[in-house]
Formats: sequence, structure tokens, C-alpha cells
Amino acid sequence: MDLAAVILIQVLYAIASLIVISSGLAVIFGMMKVINLAHGEFMMLGAYATIEAIRVGINPWVAIFVVSPLAVGVIGVLLERVIIRRLYGRMIDTMLATWGLSLLLIGIVTSIAGNTTAGVSAPLGNFTIGAYSVSSYTLVIIGVSVILAFALRWILLHTSLGLIARGTMQNPQMADALGINPSVVYSATFAAGAALSGLAGGLLAPLTGVVPTMGGAFIAKAFITVIGGGPAIVMGLVSASTLFGAINQIATFASTPVFGEVALLAGAIIMLRLLPQGITGRFFKGSL
Amino acid sequence: MNTPEQPDQTVPGPDALQRFARSWASAVLTLALGVVLLILLPRVLDDFALVQATVYVVMSILAVSLGFIWGFGGILCFGQSAFFGLGAYAYAIAVTNLGDSTLPFLLAIVLPAAFAGVLGYLIFYGRLSDVYMGVITLTVTLILFNLINSTAGPEWKIGVAPLGGFNGIPGIAPLNMPGNVDDVIGPRGLFELSLGALLLVYLLLRTLLAAKPGRVIVASKENEQRLLLLGYDARAYKLSAFVLGAAIAGLAGCLFANWGAFTSPTVFSLAQSAQIIIWVIVGGLGTLVGPVVGCVAIQWLTSQIGTQQTINSNLVLGAILVVFVLMVPRGIVPSIGSICALLTRRSRRKAYARSNINAEVSSRAAQDEHDTPDDKAKVDPHGETVR
Amino acid sequence: MDRRSFIKTSALSLATTAAYGLPLAASAADDEILVGGITDLSGGLDIYGKPMADCLTLAVEEWNAQGGLLGKKLKLLTYDPQSSMQLYTQFAQQAALKDKVAVVHGGITSASREVMRPVLDRYRTLYFYNTQYEGGVCDRNTFCTGVTPAQTVAKLVPYAMKKWGKKVYVVAADYNYGQITSQWVKKFVQANGGTVASIDFFPLDVTNFGPAISKIEAAKPDMVVSALVGGAHMSFYRQWAAAGLHTKIPIASTTFAVGNEQIVLSPVECDGFLVSYNYFEGIDNPVNTAFKDRFHKRFGADYPNITELAMGTYQGFYLWAQGVKKAGTLDRMKVIEALESGISIDAPSGKVSIDAATHHCVLNVSIAEVRNKKLDIVETFRAQPPSDTSAVCNLIKNPRDNQQYVIKL
Repeated sequence: MDLAAVILIQVLYAIASLIVISSGLAVIFGMMKVINLAHGEFMMLGAYATIEAIRVGINPWVAIFVVSPLAVGVIGVLLERVIIRRLYGRMIDTMLATWGLSLLLIGIVTSIAGNTTAGVSAPLGNFTIGAYSVSSYTLVIIGVSVILAFALRWILLHTSLGLIARGTMQNPQMADALGINPSVVYSATFAAGAALSGLAGGLLAPLTGVVPTMGGAFIAKAFITVIGGGPAIVMGLVSASTLFGAINQIATFASTPVFGEVALLAGAIIMLRLLPQGITGRFFKGSL
Repeated sequence: MNTPEQPDQTVPGPDALQRFARSWASAVLTLALGVVLLILLPRVLDDFALVQATVYVVMSILAVSLGFIWGFGGILCFGQSAFFGLGAYAYAIAVTNLGDSTLPFLLAIVLPAAFAGVLGYLIFYGRLSDVYMGVITLTVTLILFNLINSTAGPEWKIGVAPLGGFNGIPGIAPLNMPGNVDDVIGPRGLFELSLGALLLVYLLLRTLLAAKPGRVIVASKENEQRLLLLGYDARAYKLSAFVLGAAIAGLAGCLFANWGAFTSPTVFSLAQSAQIIIWVIVGGLGTLVGPVVGCVAIQWLTSQIGTQQTINSNLVLGAILVVFVLMVPRGIVPSIGSICALLTRRSRRKAYARSNINAEVSSRAAQDEHDTPDDKAKVDPHGETVR
Repeated sequence: MDRRSFIKTSALSLATTAAYGLPLAASAADDEILVGGITDLSGGLDIYGKPMADCLTLAVEEWNAQGGLLGKKLKLLTYDPQSSMQLYTQFAQQAALKDKVAVVHGGITSASREVMRPVLDRYRTLYFYNTQYEGGVCDRNTFCTGVTPAQTVAKLVPYAMKKWGKKVYVVAADYNYGQITSQWVKKFVQANGGTVASIDFFPLDVTNFGPAISKIEAAKPDMVVSALVGGAHMSFYRQWAAAGLHTKIPIASTTFAVGNEQIVLSPVECDGFLVSYNYFEGIDNPVNTAFKDRFHKRFGADYPNITELAMGTYQGFYLWAQGVKKAGTLDRMKVIEALESGISIDAPSGKVSIDAATHHCVLNVSIAEVRNKKLDIVETFRAQPPSDTSAVCNLIKNPRDNQQYVIKL
């Protein structure tokens, strides 16, 4: 009974971390059709921002929820203006440029911060379920992912900001004619996606080893989740994360982490074979 | 002397380069150059340079395999390294078990091809689009990586060859003359074999592209619907191209295992897949020579960066890639060609002006030049051109 | 043939021949001895490689300050294989064939060593592998100066079991170091009357240890022995502490602190861990004090921690230099014979001597406890022989032996 509860929490945590990790990429790819291969490095920058902020004495929660999204959002705006903007419509070129960007960011951070950096430990303590103790921080992440999904949906559907963003993505000339500056919207959307990635990095900083190369572990999973999700941003994100996260964690419990990874990947292939447009190409059609 | 109504035939139009590239003259030229290098380099280079050259050539074969299926077949395969790795591992395991290397050599080519056949069937006959194909091929290579990476325990072996997990399989026996196990290939022989293989692959692909199957494959990239309406089964052709590309990558894998006498799961890694794509793009998508140039350039650069300590290697490579994409988007080889076309046209235009051709013809030629597809038009993220 | 076709197709020859024409090789001036250092300075293993490269630099500079070796200046050529096996092979070839170095000090993972060893054998370049590893390499051209399980694990496990209890859970990195070391742990646990609850392996890029931690909790062991490796595996310690287990189940490790994990993690997360190595900064002898002075003067007083692998490299270099000095020449076989004739040095870790039969080292081993980002020594064992390798390898009797034995347990 205890074990079942623990497994449930672990599964929810796996789903939640997939949502959190992939949200930034989902926004950028879903809205702008830009494949941002530097996504893992945005997360890494967020993690470093959090660590630095905590080191200079800022409250850990502020560091995670305010400092990292802000820092990475600003960097995102800069990168969008300098690099990404020139490559719209050229999907392959954006992939190559963002891959180069990821190497560049790793190189810069390694040169500045070196390889050994003091990290932060998870705030809050832990709680026990029967014979098992579970970190309370996992509950935080689960909570954040739920709030994130709802907030994203609400912003896109019910605020004028979301409306402007969706409209501009759908028909930039019309938006331009109506007085909205498309390039500002692009910058803002890219910055929002980058900020989400930074937030993910900040959230995961207390749980993973923060080194300049940490981004590589996340990019493949985020990519697969976003593509598997399909055209709808939020519903795709949530449905794909639920499916893949559950498969991954259950398979890991059943045997080894390797098998869990393989199961996730194999599940992705099978799912894409059955639903070539992603999950929301077929189910939840028309939703956001 | 040309009248204003007739377009000047000798002014090179925008696709003269492509016409040349497809002609048999360029193929003969490239092959001749290759044969010259094949004969010359082993005599001129010392041992180390020859061994280095071998790995560049082997990786070039891999680059050409992706350049073929992507540039001509329109198949963006994110996981070409899967076939590369399968070839390397197939050779390593087979030669450890069998001793004589003839069958392992063939196995290294056939096994990846068979795997590609199965995978390709799932993809092409399932009518998946580009991006999803990229994801699936990426996932396949990651699966292989994860699987092989976890085989470090002693219980993981095929026949007498332990898979070795992360450590891979060291000490792989080199190729030998068919039938004579003791007559093993040396560094010079391996170089000649690799370069010979590269030239043969080039010849094979050029011949294929000039013949009907090749034209159908290119057509399926350019406009698949039209091809289907003309009655061709695009899926079968795409599948064949995919399988051929995998076989070539497997060959490269076998030669790589010979070069380093080792193979490890990193041949399946995401980094390796990305590298191959980078070589093709940097060198020039849509050519066969381009991937070779891109591969050699980047490989050489990576080695050079590794021998100095002032600047972090990731930084340099990343900066170069970003600058490259922004400034030289079509890759080295097509860009060199365009620059030459530009130079020759400018000099010819001066000649016309000097010979009093009227201004209308020269302005018309200048306008042709501006209508090339890579124009820096304002484009929005969804690809519609906005002027 | 027109101009364009010529230019286009000669792009190929340009690329191939220019690569060799450009003079970026190092050439040995007659009054220089070239030393090759091949360790990862970027990529996933750079946390191990950078301190090693720094110590090698310092060692070379120290010898040069004292007049060099055999009257010639030493020149260090550093190669960064960027954690790629292909580059390890290429740089080994380059060091041996093109730059023609007198010795190569390098390799971190066993994978990288096994990739370089055959290359350096074939091209007859002396090789020093200075990293702690799982033992068993038997090769006359190679000297392994790092500690092996019979030296460290043999002491660590009984000490930990005496302190904490007899039921042990093992977590290890899934490659041959982790596989073999975990077998050694099992052997010593059983030899001391304990039981191994389970041995779990994790590939090097796993970052989510949630299910693993729950499994460990379910098994209720007295202690955990960890042979986890690399930056990603640091997440295990983080998540372990986040789950509150750091106060309930203690950990001993054969790899912790080699990547300065005790500095990256907070004291709360890792205080009380037990580790066992040859070198610790806290070793109290005049050679170590003087060394630390020189090191901090060269690299800054705020340098994180001089790791086991870094000191291994420093000691390896000094051993080689002593061998060359004794031989009086750079001739490879003569240097090997000199090294086999009984070379020892007074190193910062104590006395280190080469065992002729195995080409491994007899050295001091200490057990230390992690306290407040530092490592406090609790016990020291002098002159530990490499008994695991000597059980299978005897280069005096079989000088042509050339392989890594997987020691059967």
C-alpha cells in the first residue's frame, strides 16, 4: 500500500518534470515553428542563475521563480534579435544555428564558471509514507506543473496578450495591418519560451548536478514530448507528458532505469506510427 | 552580337552551376582527382598524416550517405549514426567470432541495410512528414545507444564477443585478405581501401542519380504528389534510397572499426548524429562533394581546437556554426560555386558594357541574378515571404 | 575545362591536402623533451580532467625550474579529447607519430585507456595511466600509477562495515569500472561476514534516481556503497538527501570526491561519507605542505581541491622523470628497465614505488570522512601493494604479456 502511494507520487513527478522541461520548447515550437536545440542550455542557464542568486543571498524561492525566468528571458530576447530573427521559415537552419548556440553557451559558461560549482540543496524537507520517505520538493514540482499548464492555457485563451500572440502567429500580415508589431510579438514569445526553460532549470537545480553540460540530458526528451504532443500547445504538452512520463516511470520501477528510457523512446515511436500528427492531431482536436 | 530580344546564351544563368554539377564532366573530374589523391597521398604523407587521412575519408563516406538521402532524396534522417554504429558493431562482433573478415565485412553492410529496410517501411509506408521522420530516426538511435550502453556486464555477449557497454569493444581484428587470416591490412592499405570505397560510392551514386531511379528519387523530394500522379510509387523509391544510404553508412562503420580498432556506444550518440548533419549542411546540401568537404573541414577543426588550451572548444565550434548559418547558409561548395559564378558574370558584364551592348540586356541579366531563391527577403516564422 | 569547374572540384583537394600542409604540429627542438598530456578538458568528464592537466603542468614546470631532464627543457603538449573516444585515438596517434613525444600521461575512463593503449603500444610510445581504476592491466609499455580495488576497497569496506553494519546495498556506474569494482565490494563484504542486498547499475547519463532510492529504502540496508561516476550521477546524492535518507542510511564510496563532489554538494548532503584514496590534501608531511604551497601559488589560493586523480598525474610524472634520470636516456626500453629496477619517490602522499612485476604502484592508502566540504583522514595504511593485479600479471616472467585481465572473483 505504501509502495503504491510512493509509485504514484514518482509517476506524477515524472509527468510533472516532463511538463516543466518541455513547456519552453512547446511554446517556441508550437507558436513559432522554431526548433530550438539550445533548449537544454537555456535550462542550464536558469539553473546557474538560481545558484548564483542563492549564493548572493536571495531567497531560494525568489531565485527559482523570479530570477531564473527573468534572466533567461532577457537572454532569449537578445538571442532572438541577433540570431533567430534572421532565420524564420528556415527550419533546418534554425536547428543548425541553435545547435551552434548550445555549444557556444556551454563553452561560455564553462569558461566563466568552471566545472566545479557549488550547488544548492533542495529546500523543504521530506515526509514519510509508511516505511518510505519522499522529498517534499517533488510535490512542489508536481504543483508547479499543474499551475503552469493551467496558467499557460488561461493566458493563451482568455487574455488579450494570448490573443495577440496567437493571432500574429496565425496571420502576421493581418496583425500588422491591425496595428500590432509582429516582430515585437515574436521577440516576446521567444522570450516567454526561454523564460519557461529557465524556470525549469531553476526548479531542477536542487535535484540534479549542475554542470555546464547538464542540458544534454533533457533536450531529447523535451523534443520528443513536444513533437509527440502535436499541434495544440498546452493539451499536446500535457497529454504527451502524461503518456511518456507514465511509461517511463512504470517501466523503471518494473526493472531498471535503462529499460525505462528505452520504453519511453519505443513508446514514442509506436505512438508516432499510430498518430503521425501527434496526439492532439487526432484527439482533443481544436483545443489549445 | 546580340539583339535586345534574345537573352544572351553565354551569360551564365542561376542554374548553370547545377547543370554542370549534374553533367558527366564534373563526375569524371572529381573521380580523376580522387584517383590522383589515391595514388599520390600514400607516397607523399607520413604515417601519422595517412592515418589521420583515413579517418577523414571514412567519415566522409558517412557524410556522403546522409548527403545522398537528404540532399537528393529529401529524407532528413536524424539517426544516420544508428546505421554507422550497427555496421561497426556488426563487424566487431562477427570478426571476433569468425576470425576471417570477409563475412563480417559483408555483414557490416547488409545488417544496417536490413534494419533500415524495416524502419523505412514503418516510416514511408506510414506516410509520416519530415519533422516526425526526424524524431523517429532520432529516437531509434537513442534507443540503440541506451541499449548498447547498458551491456557492460559480463553476461552480455554474442558468441564469444562481449558487448562491453560503455567501454565498447576494444582490440578489433583488422580486415584481412579474403581467405588468408594472417594477411592483415596495414595503415596504408586501409587508407587505399577507404579512399577507393569513397570513390566507388561516389561513382555509384552519380550513376544512380543520372539514371531513372535517381531521377525519380530526386523527383520525390521536389514534388511527391506530382510524382504519384505520374504513376510512380514514391514510397518504394524513397525506401530504396534510405536502404542504400544505410548500407553506405554501415560500410563507413566497418572501416571506422578497423581504423580505431575499437567501437563504443558513442557511435550511436546524439552528438554523433548531429555531427553528420552539421557536416552535410556546412559542406552543402544537394551536392555529393559538399558533405566530404564539410566533414573534412569540421573534423580537422575539431582536432586543431583540441590541441590548444586558450579557448574552450565548444565555444569555438559553436561560434563558427552560428556565424556560418547566418553568413554562408548554403554551405561551402555551392557558395564557392556561386562566388565564381558571380565573379565570372561580373567580368563578362563589364566585357559587354565595353563592347557596347545596350543597357537593357545588362539590366535584365542583373535582375535574373536577384531572383535566386536565397534572397534575404523578410520572412515570417511560418515561411510566407513578406516583402 | 572552364574556370568554374576547375575551382569547384579542386575544393575537394584543397580540403584534403590543406589539412596536412598547415604547420600546426609541434616539432621537438633538439634541446627539448616532449611530453604528451591527453585528458578531457571539455565534455562530460572535464571535472576530472582539468585538475589532472593542471598538476601535469605544475610538475613539468617544477622540473624545468630545476634544470630540466637530462639537461634538456621539458615541453608539455596538451590535447583535449573532449570526452570523445575518436579523439582519444586520434590524439594518441598524433602524440606518437607526429609529435613523437617521449611519454603520454593520460586517459581518465577505462574506455579511454583501452583505446589509447594499443595505439601507443603499436607506435612504441611509453604510456602512463594515472587514474584509479579496476585493476588488471598487464602491459610492459604501460605503467598504472592509480589505486586499484585491492588497495582501497579492501580497506574501505571492512572499516565501514565495522562502523555501520553488515547489510550492504551497492549502486554503481554501468560500465566496466562500476561492474568490476562492485564485484570487489561484494567479495570484501562477504569476506567480512556481511551480505549484499543488491547491486544496481546506472548508465552514466541517468539523472532520475527516484525509483532507485525507493528500492534502496525497501531493502533496509545498513549502508550503501556507491561507485557512481560523473556529473549526472551527482543527482543521486542530491535526491538522496532531498528524500531525507542522508540521516538514516550512511554511504561509503569508491568514487566520491574525485570530481570534487564534496564542494558542489552542501555539507548537509554529504557529511559523514567515507572514501578511501591515496592522496588527501590533509595528509600531514613536509612534502605535501611544500607541494600545496607551490600549487596554490601557481593556480590560486581558492583552487577547489587537489583531487586524487590530479595527484596521481603529478606522481606519475615524477616517477617517469626519475626513471629517465636513472636510465640516462630517453630510449624507451632503457627507461622501462630503469623504472622496473626499483624507482620510488617521496611524494606528497607519502612514499610511492613502482612494482616491477605489474607496473603498478605500492603506495599509502587512507580512509577519510567528508566533513564540511573537506576530507578528514581517519586512518592510514602504509605501502599497500597492488595485490589484485599481481594475482594475474607477472611481467618479469611474461614480458610479452599485453592485455587487461578481468580478475575473476
